[in-house]
Amino acid sequence: MEKKTRTFWIVGSFLLILETSNSLVEGLESTRSYDYTKYHSMDEIYRWMEDVERGNPELVSSAIYGHTYEERNITLLKLGLQNPESREKKVIWMDCGIHAREWIAPAFCQWFVKEIVNSYKTNKKLEQILQNVDIYVTPVINVDGYIFTWANDSTRLWRKSRSTPPPGSGCYGVDLNRNFNANWGTVGVSFDSCSNTYCGKSAGSEPEAKAVMDFVGKLVNRTLCFLTIHSAGQLILLPYGHPEISAPNYNELVSVGKAAAAEMKKLHGMNYTVGTSPQILYANSGSSRDWARLIGIPFSYTFELRDKGEFSHLLPEEQIKPACEEAFAGALSIITYVHDKTYGTLPNAAVTTMTTTISGVAMTIWSTVMVVSLTIGVLM
Amino acid sequence: MMSVRIIVVLAVLTGVTGSPNVMIKPEADMSAHPNSVPETVEETEIFGQQNVPVLVGEEAEEDVMATGELNPNHYPAQRAAKVVQHYLNTRYGSPYRLFGLQRVNSGNAEDVADSGRKYQLEVTVQEIIGNTTEKCSAEVLFPRGERQGSAQVQASSWEELLKNDTEAQEEALYQEYKMNQSLVTAQNLPDSYGHIEPDMKPLWHLGFVASSFVMLNESTENTLYNMAQVANVTQLPTENDQLKFDYHILLHEMVSQEIIHWKLLFTWSPPEGVKVLQMEQLPHCHHCEKPPNTN
Repeated sequence: MEKKTRTFWIVGSFLLILETSNSLVEGLESTRSYDYTKYHSMDEIYRWMEDVERGNPELVSSAIYGHTYEERNITLLKLGLQNPESREKKVIWMDCGIHAREWIAPAFCQWFVKEIVNSYKTNKKLEQILQNVDIYVTPVINVDGYIFTWANDSTRLWRKSRSTPPPGSGCYGVDLNRNFNANWGTVGVSFDSCSNTYCGKSAGSEPEAKAVMDFVGKLVNRTLCFLTIHSAGQLILLPYGHPEISAPNYNELVSVGKAAAAEMKKLHGMNYTVGTSPQILYANSGSSRDWARLIGIPFSYTFELRDKGEFSHLLPEEQIKPACEEAFAGALSIITYVHDKTYGTLPNAAVTTMTTTISGVAMTIWSTVMVVSLTIGVLM
Repeated sequence: MMSVRIIVVLAVLTGVTGSPNVMIKPEADMSAHPNSVPETVEETEIFGQQNVPVLVGEEAEEDVMATGELNPNHYPAQRAAKVVQHYLNTRYGSPYRLFGLQRVNSGNAEDVADSGRKYQLEVTVQEIIGNTTEKCSAEVLFPRGERQGSAQVQASSWEELLKNDTEAQEEALYQEYKMNQSLVTAQNLPDSYGHIEPDMKPLWHLGFVASSFVMLNESTENTLYNMAQVANVTQLPTENDQLKFDYHILLHEMVSQEIIHWKLLFTWSPPEGVKVLQMEQLPHCHHCEKPPNTN
């Protein structure tokens, strides 16, 4: 081969190797150098989302699906793999940080993404799920509120959004988890804008809530499951927040919730109580969980993470890892269940298939006997 | 003839049992159907219409309170049990001994004529610092009607909760704070990251105990209190061998989700425990966070 061509090939191969290993390292680095056991500011989270997307293009893409009251981006990460048969993909929704002071929730959404990124290549089940389902993760919905809790020591316990006071009031913000279009304004809310459960001036009046409803609304027919992450209390809440309304699949919601709680307890012995909000916490209306169930998403849960009151929302950073580990186990348990229910790998589905097969075989035998007898009959 | 009869019989049998291509589908899951919301939702007016009685700040089921045996995981038993926690902390809490409610094992509630509502509870209590647990029986009476005032609590089997020996540590702390050249001050326990410096932990624990007096006083069947943060600690000069403190604490009330500010003046010594001299709720100034745009 000519010297020039050989040099070209050598240099080219070298550059190719460099580039590949660079993106491999970048992919790993995007998750490895970020400290998931610390709380991060919104700027850090925005930058982290870009890094994760850039480092894992085959798995992660992002979308800005709305703007907060103060006009900041509401961004999600979509986790999914190419479906080998190009079948239509189902959807699972997870959001964190509707309430600004619940810092462990955004920490968990980041942890969740990290776990998926770090294990999907070696976990066959996870790979299968990601081929069939896109998981949409919003690390922080209430961006304005979250940023406000970082402003100074006196703002740390802010809960609501940062919308400006209505006429005649001096108080900012709406409780976004009372603003969704689900029996809005009926129970467990306040119409006083100074209250921490102020439900806003009408259902969906707040841009953050509206962004979720608009985006998920378009995906509803494909959506298997809606998970919304909060703290504190160690609870798994199922719909509905109104004490007189039950979801038609209440029993299944309970059993799937209890299975998740059992998985969570295995890790660090923490108890998570399962039930509707009016049973185990308080009645409320206008929650995102209720809205999701009402529009037809069959599985909808609020996770209230650690703890049970010792630190409440000021959960120490050394608890981030165990809290996220158990939350991940719980979330994955529900995700796996709803996936397997749709894609027929559940034990129940297997039995039905078996019965179908047996009946089919029996009928085949019978019709063969029939045909043979008929033939013999005709010939005789 | 025989053959025709056989054919007819077989044909009939086939007709009865169906064709070989029958498909047995799994029962259609109606719950996944977008339109399978309970009919009650569409028919009743609860869907956010104007003529619905709006229950502002209260729960819909307040008129139908649970009586008799209670589900230990449901909120009525849980809220009453939390009051037991506050009671135990006021009686037996110290900088080295703190109680947390771990679980409610069983509960019972009954109306007591002219007095209020009485809860009988079996709970498991955790001593947080020593990390031990103990079962405990308690009665909580929430006064109603003409009788005002705070919840009355009685607890039994509490002696077991005191088994961790804290005497030496308490005495050491007491001496340290009594002999200090300068009076101690502290802020934000824990800080925004949930962190407390190790030598500040006893002050945080003291705040926990002192705030339990407030929480015990303020608790009703419609509240669930926890201490969210000690905003400020100011040690005052020792009086009558009692350490004296001025605390600004933040309480979290779960049902309203409000953060409530209280100022507490109290004394402490190992033999006397925490004695609250003054407690005062502080108005939280909403306008103070950011001035509204007034032109």
